[in-house]
Amino acid sequence: MKKFMTLGAAAVIAMSVASGTAFAADGTLTVVTSFPKDLTSVFKSAFEKKNPGLTIEVLNKKTSAGIKYLQETSANNTSDLFWASAPDAFEVLKGDSLLAKYTPMAKGIPDKVGAFPINDPDGYYMGFAASGYGIMWNTRYTAAKKLPVPKNWADLKDPVYHGHVGMSAPSRSGTTHLTVETVIQGMGWDAGWAEWKEIAGNFKTVTERSFGVPDGVNSGQFGYGIVIDFFGLSSVGSGFPVDFVYPEVTTLVPANIGIVKGAPNQAAAAEFIEFLLSPEGQELLLNPKIRRLPVNPNTYANAPAGFPNPFKDKSIGAAVKFDLDLSKNRYNVVNSLFDVMITYRMKDLTAATKAIQDADAAIKGKSNPAAAKLIAEARALVAKMPVSEATAGAKEFNAIFKKKRKKATDVIEGRQAEVEQEWDTQVKANYAKAKELAEQAKNML
Amino acid sequence: MSFLFPSVQRGPAVAGLLIALFLFLFLAVPVGQVIFVAFQDASTGEATIINFVDFFRNSLFRESFFNSFYVASMSVVIASIISMPLAYFTTRFNFGGTALIQTLGIIPLIMPPFVGAVAMQLLFGSNGSVNLILDDWFGFTIPFMEGLNGVIFVESIHYFPFILINLSAALSNIDRSMEESAQNLGSNGMRLFRRIVFPLAMPGYVAGAALVFIKVFDDLGTPLLLNVNNMLAPQAYLRVTSIGISDPMGYVIAVILVAFSLLSLWVSMRALKGKDYATVQKGGGGLMKRDLRRWEKVGCYAVVILILVLVLSPHFGLLLLSFGTIWSYAVLPDAFTIAHYVTVFSTATQYITNTLLYAGLAALFDVILGTAIAYVVWRTDLVGRKWLDYGATAALAVPGVVLGIGYLRTFHNINVPLIDEPLATWWVIIVIAMTIRRLPYALRSCVAAIQQISVMLEEAAENLGATKTRTVWRIVIPLMSGGILAGFVTSFATAAVELSATIMLVARETDAPLAYGIYEFMQSAAGRGPGAALGVIAVLFVGVGTYISHVIIERSNKAREPKSIVAEET
Repeated sequence: MKKFMTLGAAAVIAMSVASGTAFAADGTLTVVTSFPKDLTSVFKSAFEKKNPGLTIEVLNKKTSAGIKYLQETSANNTSDLFWASAPDAFEVLKGDSLLAKYTPMAKGIPDKVGAFPINDPDGYYMGFAASGYGIMWNTRYTAAKKLPVPKNWADLKDPVYHGHVGMSAPSRSGTTHLTVETVIQGMGWDAGWAEWKEIAGNFKTVTERSFGVPDGVNSGQFGYGIVIDFFGLSSVGSGFPVDFVYPEVTTLVPANIGIVKGAPNQAAAAEFIEFLLSPEGQELLLNPKIRRLPVNPNTYANAPAGFPNPFKDKSIGAAVKFDLDLSKNRYNVVNSLFDVMITYRMKDLTAATKAIQDADAAIKGKSNPAAAKLIAEARALVAKMPVSEATAGAKEFNAIFKKKRKKATDVIEGRQAEVEQEWDTQVKANYAKAKELAEQAKNML
Repeated sequence: MSFLFPSVQRGPAVAGLLIALFLFLFLAVPVGQVIFVAFQDASTGEATIINFVDFFRNSLFRESFFNSFYVASMSVVIASIISMPLAYFTTRFNFGGTALIQTLGIIPLIMPPFVGAVAMQLLFGSNGSVNLILDDWFGFTIPFMEGLNGVIFVESIHYFPFILINLSAALSNIDRSMEESAQNLGSNGMRLFRRIVFPLAMPGYVAGAALVFIKVFDDLGTPLLLNVNNMLAPQAYLRVTSIGISDPMGYVIAVILVAFSLLSLWVSMRALKGKDYATVQKGGGGLMKRDLRRWEKVGCYAVVILILVLVLSPHFGLLLLSFGTIWSYAVLPDAFTIAHYVTVFSTATQYITNTLLYAGLAALFDVILGTAIAYVVWRTDLVGRKWLDYGATAALAVPGVVLGIGYLRTFHNINVPLIDEPLATWWVIIVIAMTIRRLPYALRSCVAAIQQISVMLEEAAENLGATKTRTVWRIVIPLMSGGILAGFVTSFATAAVELSATIMLVARETDAPLAYGIYEFMQSAAGRGPGAALGVIAVLFVGVGTYISHVIIERSNKAREPKSIVAEET
């Protein structure tokens, strides 16, 4: 109601007095976050209870909007903390020097979870919880369509899953990016991408936001989703008829927090980070609506039965040695490649995949070398990469996608649109040709 | 001033300049701040058009352009088919519950973000209620929500109210003497409608159709909901918002969207050019309404009910979602509860009051600006007056996220006096963003309304000694009231669910509107129910507001009508 009164001029002045006090140094801690209310409200109330007089102002923005918000408001910054999942979002902010260094005092937190370092080696952001990718599925959906339960990423290549799988794009969600990168690092550039394209050949959809995947599985819009664990676990916790599994190859990724450079309330910001990392704060992560893996190994003693413990169960997240630098160097190229080859050419890719799967089914138990050769050719065409690993990791090539000229004299050769057009032409032609070859093979059988 | 403008035009000239300044400050400057990179060579920083060359060279973009054009055109066709019977029956016949039908007709415009999408998928998706039933009984399914045709389906039932509202306003503005003359000369039935009634209502229809076309062409929500990426607006959005990449193509597409929208607006103006739609006498007010024969009534009701069931089904789904416990791969939710409403009312009432205030203010500013622009464009001959119209309409094509970023960039360093807070984080900026984004809706309705008023009425008033100002207040604005109300309703309804610009601008949770609240809930699996409940509340508020304004309009229309003519008709 206060706002209605401000319509009068006198009230405007009254408001300015009121908000003037609200912005005093000890009063408010402004947190920009991409986390849902279920998570933030738990920490907000616990922290405020512990520190009477401090109020947390939660600004919920999706990760990309949060980054833009901090970038645009940096000249006159009013935010204290940035609190989100994806380490790469923090890397972007760090690169723009929008974060302040901080060394937490909390004890008992190891250096690594799985193969991933918990804190930023340069000290600009800290991990407070870990999450890994896995597969969730709708049990009603799978029962109605009589579909099996997948155990590994590779299982999703099976033709029975055609048109039943959903995923978000790595350019839309930082954590999805890490999953894509993990598989590529684990299997090698060409084989890793071939694997993704074969899985994507069974996709029903590539969603625009990462929450679109659990949303789709929860509604039964598609049966299986490639999702981060807490989406799966909290969906189960909310009563949806769904289930979740970690495949053998997964990366554990820390969810992070960092102090914004020039934060109006530095002291309170540091206080909040310490609270988050304290045994008390870590324990809050076990809340059924939150369900994230604490980074303090001692907290697992209080976890419910069956709760995954990456510090004990070495199979979670340790299979691949994740090379952070490699991932960072080709970050944008991987995102763009995924969009060009999969997101924007979904229809062509799934059509080619279907044709190959049909031909495969037809050749089963028969011996026809000519047809087999055609199918192999079709498969190779789908897998074919428009760019080599060496080029994708090259610094100059990546600069095309970043295009942040530091000085007016910097010159970068090539344009993203130009490169993408080139890729698109190749990819589209390859998919079409693959479809043709596979159909040809099927007709021979 | 008197040298530049003749004295009678001084008032409109000042108003025009002020509006131009407003549009310049809050539309051109912020958007320009963002999209200038479209004209910049990313590697050298020089001005260039190479990015546009890239656009037309790229097959994916060409395909997207064609897809957007196809979807927008087809949506106009389908939306016209849906809205014409509703508009015609309710303005032409004595029809029970006209206000109710007109109100229900606007509800599709209020599709709350995210929850609306979930509700649609649960009803019409490939495993939604309708398809589950079809599969069960007949063994086949219909892909309502797939590909471009799915986009057309959803867009048409979402945006047809633009045509319905503007066409209804135009129909009830036609003077009955025109119709009577035609009947005296022997015309009736379909011929009367085709040759006299519809042509006279043309400004309203074109206003609505142009809005549908431009809105669908620029719309982002629906393609994203159906995960159709190969259209222009989603391409722009995906490229502007991806993390870390700075590809100018997103902004190039935004420029192309703006340019193409202006072109379509210009085409729609050309279509009306050279014809006069104004009618002089305003004694009776509105078309003659006649009673229906029994079988006619049955037929009309059948058509109206069929259409309403179709277009309101997403909201029915929303209602189920808000009362349902778990709804997954099933025809209906597993059980029902009021827990979600309890959650909403215990935590989120702030969102509701904020939305009413913001959307109400924005709609009010919109009709004031819309009326002023319409008057300046159609009643004065100021130089460059048409550009006010074009400028305001361009807002339709600017993606909300671009406007949001532009506001942060432009206004974050400007502190509001007295409050000492950046303008970009003050709640008023959200109202301004909504005003700018929804101004085109109000403007089209106001323009259509003024086109139907004969200048002769104003001249008569002036001949009788009224001043220009008095004429505007006593003659023009009252005669435009139907159109102004239509504009207010559309602006208010759509501002109430605006998200893309506000999500960038909300700087404090206590300032957040309802759409932001829905977004917040819809980030987690447990938030679906409360999000839907909040969506239902948004729909209810806008619906009740619309109903009240229709009742008021009907009452004032009735007061002006000579009763004897209404009752008797062949």
